[in-house]
Amino acid sequence: MEPTLNLWLTILACGIATFLIRLSFIAIHGRVTMPLWFVRALTFVPVAILSAITLPELVFQNGAVNLSLLNPRLFAGIVAVLVAWRTKNVLVTIAVGMAVLWGMQFLMR
Amino acid sequence: MNPRTEFFAGVRAELPLMVGVVPFGFIYGALAIQLGVPASIAQAMSSVIFGGSSQFIAAPLIVAQTPALILVLTVFFVNLRHALYSASVAPYLEKLSAGWKILLAYLLTDEAYAIAIAHFQKEGSAQNRHWFLFGAGITLWSFWQVSTAVGIFVGAQVPPEWSLDFALPLTFIAIVLPMLKNRAYVICAIVAGIGGVVAFGLPYKLGYIVAALAAIAVGFVLETRAYRT
Repeated sequence: MEPTLNLWLTILACGIATFLIRLSFIAIHGRVTMPLWFVRALTFVPVAILSAITLPELVFQNGAVNLSLLNPRLFAGIVAVLVAWRTKNVLVTIAVGMAVLWGMQFLMR
Repeated sequence: MNPRTEFFAGVRAELPLMVGVVPFGFIYGALAIQLGVPASIAQAMSSVIFGGSSQFIAAPLIVAQTPALILVLTVFFVNLRHALYSASVAPYLEKLSAGWKILLAYLLTDEAYAIAIAHFQKEGSAQNRHWFLFGAGITLWSFWQVSTAVGIFVGAQVPPEWSLDFALPLTFIAIVLPMLKNRAYVICAIVAGIGGVVAFGLPYKLGYIVAALAAIAVGFVLETRAYRT
């Protein structure tokens, strides 16, 4: 496959589209007054979007939902929630979560 | 804090996430080459689009000679969740110059946003906090470019049984937990998680947006009611 001019322009268009999404509210903020309810709703954005991304990563196993504690990712995720709650430390959470996942994968081989 | 301190605090906060990001970039580069995407295009996607999930989805479409409009629309929908990030950080970047806004918008990815918003929401002087987002964003950007390039040229893969990709959900857990300051936020997180699972099958990762909007609405209503009583 050749990197044609058409392909380069398409990638550029993809990049501009992505950039404009990221710039959208940053650019209009201050020019358009945001209603108070909108500003309050924004405080929920990080919790909502990161949770929506994370839980599927824990419960899906081979393309299907597996809510068993024998699902290594779900179990490691639950342990990580407890560790994050107690320590509030990103590195410790990653270290414990990965260790639990590897331990379970090793035991279940 | 002065700009320099903020910048390096951002770099340091972002570094643990690289455990998950580097294998992701590496696998993207290797996969794109295996699919038949030209090396120059595969690398350009990392710097021009700079959005992991959308690059993974775009690579096979490019090889399948998908029409340009379909490709651009697909990338647009996959990255649409970043509009929520843009709205969320906008109040903190309000006073910056146009140049700063453009630079920080370009660097506003999942991982940079997650680290920066946790910092922005803390108490204290906010004057130089954009340097924190810049430090986090440029760190992610550099690691993403290099790991992609290594993936492209080495072509080999980190053994999948290492499951290094799992470091990213673990990071997000560590970021979200301290943000759950009351019941409204806890229920918001639960609704978003369940919604993310239920709506997972929607195309273009739109499930994330649907689930997040529903959870934001629930959290908002709960907080409003708690405020009134």
